[in-house]
Amino acid sequence: MNPAKDAANNKAASDREPSEIELLLPWYAAGTLDRRESAEVEAALADNPELARRLEWVRAEFAQEIYINEEAASPPDNDVKALFARIDALPARRPAISTIASTSLADRIAEFFAALSPRTLAWSAMAAGLAIVLQAGVIAGIAFKEKSLGGYETASAPASTPSEGAYALIRFQPQATAADIASYLAANKLSIVEGPSGGQIYRVRVAPTKLAKPELTDIVKKLQDDKVIGFIAVTD
Amino acid sequence: MQTISDEVLIAKIAKGDRPAMEALFTRYRVRVFRFVLRMVRNEAIAEELNSDVFLDVWRQAGTFEGRSAVSTWIFSIARFKALSALQRRPEEKLDDERADAIEDDADDPETALAKKDKAAVLQQCLVQLSAEHREIVNLVYYQHKSVEEVSGIVGIPEATVKTRMFYARKKLSELLAERGIERGWP
Repeated sequence: MNPAKDAANNKAASDREPSEIELLLPWYAAGTLDRRESAEVEAALADNPELARRLEWVRAEFAQEIYINEEAASPPDNDVKALFARIDALPARRPAISTIASTSLADRIAEFFAALSPRTLAWSAMAAGLAIVLQAGVIAGIAFKEKSLGGYETASAPASTPSEGAYALIRFQPQATAADIASYLAANKLSIVEGPSGGQIYRVRVAPTKLAKPELTDIVKKLQDDKVIGFIAVTD
Repeated sequence: MQTISDEVLIAKIAKGDRPAMEALFTRYRVRVFRFVLRMVRNEAIAEELNSDVFLDVWRQAGTFEGRSAVSTWIFSIARFKALSALQRRPEEKLDDERADAIEDDADDPETALAKKDKAAVLQQCLVQLSAEHREIVNLVYYQHKSVEEVSGIVGIPEATVKTRMFYARKKLSELLAERGIERGWP
């Protein structure tokens, strides 16, 4: 091992222009590329072990950015009250000309979306967001169902997070179906104990008792290899 | 269960519907708070900005034209608020709560290496990125935004989004190298 040579090689590597595929790796790791781009990245990864190694770094960054955010403070519990106090302090809305115009525009927007067929909506920019919202409901339903069967602890209440056990953070692929997620959770004996948080992240219990970090890391690596998983990382 | 789309909520908010406002706020309050917190790195300021963002949503819902997703619009407002806060109070003078919370081994790379805790070092480096780089890293990794959505929020072309993310990651590589971790590529 020659540190000086390594540093020189690394500098040369970092000075070159990145390929389009390299530029897309962060979005590939996040699961936010469309099918065509994902397929292109996957084809490149299959042919290029170096690219696959770089993807591991991207995934490491991705995991730590999520960790930083999940460990960060949350807004205070009384923030909705404070917001409405500020809203109440605003001058009352009056039907001025501009307001009438904007309200009717809002009406048109509402009518427009109400009139969209599911097929049309599937092509809109809002479809992905809607899918995530619906998926959150579906996953909450799965967790609730499991709880009623005595399997899972809780669907979404952060306050009731159990202190024992080994845990991971998971974000499911937006296109994962309820059946896929349910069978994945059942097959791997995972329990959703919290979520979804801001980034559509769920905290799942991997084992009922605390595990050594290397052991937990190995388990999480195995859990990663499934089409329903957009992201998974070890957590405390 | 959340079943009402953001667009319908905005239309209702435009007509002064308070439950719709509460529903939208509940849906986005944590994500927006953490986004601005990553930028301004001060909880008190982030709380204030979060409230400011949704006050603007309440005021301006009637002007939302649906050219982008509602979340893109909300994050655009949040970004503007955070940048304005940073301009009012330069970053170096902010209480760097997150950076302080994570121990910095920058002066002692041997110790960092000895710990062999790549994850902890990576966290330190992510926290120390510039506001511009923290913003894009957060939008891509935590907020789960596509290239197109980041382009809409930040107001830059999609090609620039990709290169900005690349340079954020390149800077990350440099910060890692300063701490004894050579990954040889951004």
